[in-house]
Amino acid sequence: MTPIPAPPIAWNALLPILVLAGTAMLVLLADLLPPRESKQHLGALALAGIIAALVIALVRWGTDVCGFRDMVRLDGYALFFDIVIAYAAALVVLLSMDYLRRRGAESGEYYALVLFAACGMMLLASAGDLIIVFLGIELMSLSLYVLAGLFKSRRQSSEASMKYFLLGVFASAFLLYGIALLFGAAGSTNFERVAAAAARNPHDTLLLIGVALLLVGFGFKISSVPFHMWAPDVYEGAPTSVTALIATGSKAAAFAALIRFLTTALRPLQPDWTALLWILAALSMTVGNVVAIAQTNLKRMLAYSSIAHVGYMLVGLVAGGPQGTSAILFYLFAYVFTTAGTFGVLTLCERTGGTPEPDGDGAVDVREYAGLGRRSPALAFALTFFLLSLVGIPPLAGFFGKFYLFGAAVRAGYVWLAVIAVLNSAVAAYYYLRVVVYMYMREPEGAAATLAPSFAGGLALAIAFIGIVLLGVMPAPFVELAQVAVAPLLR
Amino acid sequence: MSTSVWLIPAFPLAGALINMLFGRLTGRRASWIAVPALLGSFLAACAVFSRVWHGEIVTARLYPWIQGGEFTTAVSVAVDPLTGVMLLVITGVGFLIHVYSVGYMHDDPGYARYFAYLNLFVFSMTMLVLASNFLLLYVFWEAVGLCSYLLIGFWYTRPAAAQAGKKAFIVNRVGDLGFGLGVMWLWVAVGSLDYADVFKAAGSMEPATATWIALLLFMGACGKSAQIPLHVWLPDAMEGPTPVSALIHAATMVTAGVYMVARSHVLFERSGVALDVVAAIGVATAVFAATIGLVQTDIKRVLAYSTVSQLGYMFAAVGIGAYAAGIFHLVTHAFFKALLFLGAGSVIHGMNGEQDLRKMGDLSKRMMATTITMGIGALGLAGMLPLAGFWSKDEILAAAFFGHRRVLWGLLVAGAFMTAFYTFRMFFLAFFGSPRMSREVAHHVHESPRSMTWPLVILAVLTTVTGLAVGIPLEHGSPFERFLAPVFARLEEAHSPVAALALAVLSVVVVAAGILLAWMLYHVRRVKAEEVGQPRTWVHALLLNAWYVDAIYDRLIVQPLYALSVLLARAFDLGVIDGIVNGLGRAVTGWAAGFRRLQTGFVVNYALTMLVGAVLLVGYLLTR
Repeated sequence: MTPIPAPPIAWNALLPILVLAGTAMLVLLADLLPPRESKQHLGALALAGIIAALVIALVRWGTDVCGFRDMVRLDGYALFFDIVIAYAAALVVLLSMDYLRRRGAESGEYYALVLFAACGMMLLASAGDLIIVFLGIELMSLSLYVLAGLFKSRRQSSEASMKYFLLGVFASAFLLYGIALLFGAAGSTNFERVAAAAARNPHDTLLLIGVALLLVGFGFKISSVPFHMWAPDVYEGAPTSVTALIATGSKAAAFAALIRFLTTALRPLQPDWTALLWILAALSMTVGNVVAIAQTNLKRMLAYSSIAHVGYMLVGLVAGGPQGTSAILFYLFAYVFTTAGTFGVLTLCERTGGTPEPDGDGAVDVREYAGLGRRSPALAFALTFFLLSLVGIPPLAGFFGKFYLFGAAVRAGYVWLAVIAVLNSAVAAYYYLRVVVYMYMREPEGAAATLAPSFAGGLALAIAFIGIVLLGVMPAPFVELAQVAVAPLLR
Repeated sequence: MSTSVWLIPAFPLAGALINMLFGRLTGRRASWIAVPALLGSFLAACAVFSRVWHGEIVTARLYPWIQGGEFTTAVSVAVDPLTGVMLLVITGVGFLIHVYSVGYMHDDPGYARYFAYLNLFVFSMTMLVLASNFLLLYVFWEAVGLCSYLLIGFWYTRPAAAQAGKKAFIVNRVGDLGFGLGVMWLWVAVGSLDYADVFKAAGSMEPATATWIALLLFMGACGKSAQIPLHVWLPDAMEGPTPVSALIHAATMVTAGVYMVARSHVLFERSGVALDVVAAIGVATAVFAATIGLVQTDIKRVLAYSTVSQLGYMFAAVGIGAYAAGIFHLVTHAFFKALLFLGAGSVIHGMNGEQDLRKMGDLSKRMMATTITMGIGALGLAGMLPLAGFWSKDEILAAAFFGHRRVLWGLLVAGAFMTAFYTFRMFFLAFFGSPRMSREVAHHVHESPRSMTWPLVILAVLTTVTGLAVGIPLEHGSPFERFLAPVFARLEEAHSPVAALALAVLSVVVVAAGILLAWMLYHVRRVKAEEVGQPRTWVHALLLNAWYVDAIYDRLIVQPLYALSVLLARAFDLGVIDGIVNGLGRAVTGWAAGFRRLQTGFVVNYALTMLVGAVLLVGYLLTR
């Protein structure tokens, strides 16, 4: 009897993901063991796993491994995103520890789910096949659906979870249908083979419809207009730490898969999807920024602002080439620190006075932040810096992010898109700076945000703060990293 | 190893960060961090200097800073002899002034804040001279301006200090506008901002372009180094703590303009015209400020106008191409002017905050150390043989004379006479004659603590020996000149030793005459407090009011601008701009509200929107 040959398994290609998944199992296991009353050690365990994955990604920088019949690819590009995702997950875990305890929602599953979501995200970054894309998106999304509904007794939280789930499934259906059509057209779901098929017959109707449907699915995950409607409701209803994960990690991961898919599998169709993304970019920036003006709830405001930032990043995809693409990577790196920091400040603020909500979301209304500059100067100072980075004021990370994105667009000849982007940045300054005005120039009436001290949260803010300053003061080395990362895609 | 270069700015930066972030913890102990930080910086500077001394040019690149298309800039530094000298002055004098501040500021509530700013200043200033490209220079040019502003307004609860800070800031903005434009133009003209590239390209630059760029850069220098017409901020800057006046507004920051012109001398030489402008402005400022110094009654204001005047001498030197002489005067001036300011601070400290010369007198009996060291400083400033000031000033005068700039030379000699006079007027009024202070203050007068007198002694020694050690002109220039020769690539030509000696003798005679006149008027004659500082003639009134420059600026610039602003604010802004902005704002808000209504909260509606989007996407792709 001849033994069945075991298929070669490239464990190497999955190493960071395996570490995260293993840690998630450990967390679930340790949750059953004492001590039962506190879950802080589970957070620390999860953090250790994430740091291990981060270290692996850093150590493996410069290597390129393919596995599972080219379905998974751990190259410089995937490693760059693994680093970004690991930072996002680590910051979220740090922010969650005391936040959840104060809300009485601490649980072992929380950390496990964050880790599973991060697994999905890293899988997306490594995906070289549409099936893996789907797998990654589902692994990530299913974890996030549950996380969004973590505050079981809070109506908005359950509502957010439900909406996110229903619409997410709807979007997944588009995605899956698109994959099916693409498979029909190309005879394979592998990126390389899709590219070959697209090069042979770029005007295949089946192919084009498949591409459009796939873009709907991706558009939902990155929350680009007109597939953004879920974002404000989910951002508002979900626990703030989960919102931070949705805004940073899931967005970065979806972009990772989208960029790789478009630049490798669909390079022959570049004129088509560029024209489409031009419109999505302009719409996302404009709608996001304009609607953000009308918001008084900070989480909703940040939701719309994140839609606008997606628009900026799409500008980089439209510009294309090494400069445009690497600019998106740099921007995402900067954006993760800035956004995690901004939401981090929100998790550290408690509402006092006014009408307390027992299971509420803390201070989220801009009016509650009046006078924060006097009550907790350090926190207000940090939030000011994060907001200034979001506006894009030098020498913070956000400035250079925008500088490289819009510069790439101008150089690629998309001057009008760059003009729209710059005008939008000006509009955005209004609602970001309004928060700063409230913190420093207004006196609180009624409910007011006060600092809830937390060592882990403070550490997360410090890391995010150092991140935005470092990326702003010495951007060039990181841009070089991003350029190295995108090089394999654009060969 | 290039790491020791980075240690020079790193020490004070670390000190500044610690005292800024943990000021509440360090409190009284802030100086325990700030002073060793400066010592470390000084030692690192010595280490680097010893390598430069052996003919090495130390360069280091920290990281590529900005890379955007064809525009690339790195954070990189270079230490050549010029930068080496500047570094020693900044960190050395800076260290002494930090030590002095421990005593001077000992019961100020803002102790930690003070040392944080002072450290931050030293960091910025060392980076300014270390920078090896114009962009980095510009960044730290602004950074030292910021520190200056923060320290002038250090006692921000005093309206005068807050006003003075604001004035310094605004006047410097005018100059820095020019500087910024100059840097941008350089980039357009050369395509790089690295010193090496710029100076190589300057040789073949269109002279008209070089003139414009050089003049724009010089505009920045005028602001920073308080030259006509932007000199008005420096006398008011004396509202800051006295050690700050010594460090920033006498020894280091205000000389940044001189450093910049000397550094960019290739560019200025290419233009030629620009160099003449520098010389003319320098000489005019030297004489103009000296005349004002003759009649001031506030001890710090005498010194402030003297600083403006001495900076004029430095610009005159670089303007006539005697770069090494200008830089040498910068160094000696840093020593004796820091000494004089710190001495004045010691007087003010001993007299409980009194700065008015009319209320001093006869302090020599109570403040022996201060009197002697300040006397040495005064001789140095006056330029008396054999102190450092004599050698450096004499170099400038000789360069003007042998460069056939006889008019400039005559004016500078007149300035030297006035300098000697006002310096010793101040000295005699403060330390000799009959005491004119009130009884309680007289009872209080005391010598300052050791931490304050020791820096005075060290600076006095430096003032005495520097000239003798490196300033004596030999056959091929002084040792100092020969050390700087690689930077400026030329030596002053040899001239007849007899003529040079005659000039030196004349210079000594002029200075002695000035001192003698001051002695006769303010020491031999009994001084009546009510007579000093009273305008008796119109000339006197003109000088007392600093040639009415502030009043003229107020009438010609500030008031018309203000009137225009009011007009624009009332008519144009409220009507036109606000109309447009509010209209736009209303439109956008209306739009926002409209979009917001789309956000119904119903999942079905959201899904429908997605579906519509999907249909449009598919339709667009298929019909393209």
